[in-house]
Amino acid sequence: MSAAEEALLTAAGLTKLYGARIGCMDVSLDLYAGEVLAVVGESGSGKSTLLSLLATQLRPTHGHIRYRMRDGVVRDLFTLGEAERRFLWRTDWGFVHQDPRLGLRMGVSAGGNVGERLMAVGWRNYGRIRGEALAWLARVEIDTERIDDLPTTFSGGMRQRLQIAKHMVTAPRLVFMDEPTGGLDVSVQARLLDLMRGLVADHGLAVVIVTHDLAVARLLSHRLLVMRHGRVIETGLTDQVLDDPREPYTQLLVSADLRG
Amino acid sequence: MTDAVAYNFAYLDEQSKRTIRRAILKAVAIPGYQVPFPSREMPMPYGWGTGGVQVTASILGPHDVLKVIDQGADDTTNAVSIRQFFARTAGVRTTTRTSEASIIQTRHRIPEAPLAEGQIVVFQVPIPEPLRFLEPRESETRQLHALEDYGLMHVKLYEDIARHGHIATAYAYPVMVEARYLMDPSPTPKFDNPKMHMSPALQLFGAGREQRIYALPPYTRVVSLDFDDHPFARTRFAQPCALCGERHTYLDEVLLDDRGGRMFVCSDTDYCQERRTTAAPEARNERR
Repeated sequence: MSAAEEALLTAAGLTKLYGARIGCMDVSLDLYAGEVLAVVGESGSGKSTLLSLLATQLRPTHGHIRYRMRDGVVRDLFTLGEAERRFLWRTDWGFVHQDPRLGLRMGVSAGGNVGERLMAVGWRNYGRIRGEALAWLARVEIDTERIDDLPTTFSGGMRQRLQIAKHMVTAPRLVFMDEPTGGLDVSVQARLLDLMRGLVADHGLAVVIVTHDLAVARLLSHRLLVMRHGRVIETGLTDQVLDDPREPYTQLLVSADLRG
Repeated sequence: MTDAVAYNFAYLDEQSKRTIRRAILKAVAIPGYQVPFPSREMPMPYGWGTGGVQVTASILGPHDVLKVIDQGADDTTNAVSIRQFFARTAGVRTTTRTSEASIIQTRHRIPEAPLAEGQIVVFQVPIPEPLRFLEPRESETRQLHALEDYGLMHVKLYEDIARHGHIATAYAYPVMVEARYLMDPSPTPKFDNPKMHMSPALQLFGAGREQRIYALPPYTRVVSLDFDDHPFARTRFAQPCALCGERHTYLDEVLLDDRGGRMFVCSDTDYCQERRTTAAPEARNERR
């Protein structure tokens, strides 16, 4: 099998128990380069637990995740050392939080936020770091004159785009997104979705996006994973699942969506 | 002398001194690494040099000659009281001359006169963690040190340049020790950073409130962080010292009156004094 056909990330039997409670149960999935996978479900269905497991922020009770590193070697993520894990986090991966305060340094200028990853991987030329930051601000449609402004002076939509720029600067291959459009008004959401679609297309990104907004899932994702009570109850191509849901619960979700 | 009898030698009890010496040995073995130590209550408030005093108390012997400076001066309150403290509790000889001292406890400065092998400089440190204001969690900063993950420090320097056009950090300027540990040189002005590099003297850093000791053994490589296109630059002064005429020392601004009168003089009082006594006639002529 060639590298292109091989999955970027493979999870098998992921289970997280919080004592007797189920965080998520026996989740298996494959994710390929250039593919956007949406995880949908109501609050408490285990979406965020699954995302934290995939992003190695949580250790699973059972199961494992294999990831194809940049050098082509497939590694079990939970056997990585802390230094390797962090290196992955700040080079090959991005994580876009719902609350930009978690993903940005609010006391550091926009340029400093975008440059942080570059400096972390050893860039030591101020002019080049700044040039890269300017290019990425322009790419995510933030006025480049705002490069020295603090994110606290940015609107919600701008903060979210800055968060994306901050993570894209090291050309990651995999980006995790946790409700990235939550709390934004519809027109700002639309621009953000547009940007994300462009980035996925241009950079061949793989994305795992957690959302409860089926419209976002329909616009952005190729495949869909429906979760309930910590288990995956339905999975398939996004259009197929949303247009012709098999499970009663998915049917309920789709029919409950006002724009569906 | 009756005071000295009332205390153990150099105030601290022997067990505490041993513990602190063990921390110092570990710190010397791992240059730039912050070693935790059980800081004792000292008869002075935190922020007045309790860390430095404990380090000095632990390494002091009866034949040592002690010099204490505060901002380079031997005659400021903090320097005078710490010098008297050890004169009374340890009965050691004290001096204001850099060349005569075997131990120099300092707040903020490294003497201008070159140090020699066998001398020990003890720094009083308020905040030992260089990443503290960037990352408030101690658990996280320890991880960052362990993994040598220091990109964050450059973010601070980046911000400096973005805001001021140059690296505006003028004191507590971060350094890399032996290309491994990021270290805060305590609130010394960056003017003194190059003196730490390959110094023949042993340099010990004590932070009393934060309970940390770190060290630079003699001849340790100490490099100030910078960018390729914004290299580290030592502070320069436009004028020479108004008293001794020296051009290559760190100067303090002294206000003379309330009409804007001021002069700039060496912050190292001993060095300035020395120059004026040896080269007095010329210096006076120069000023006329």
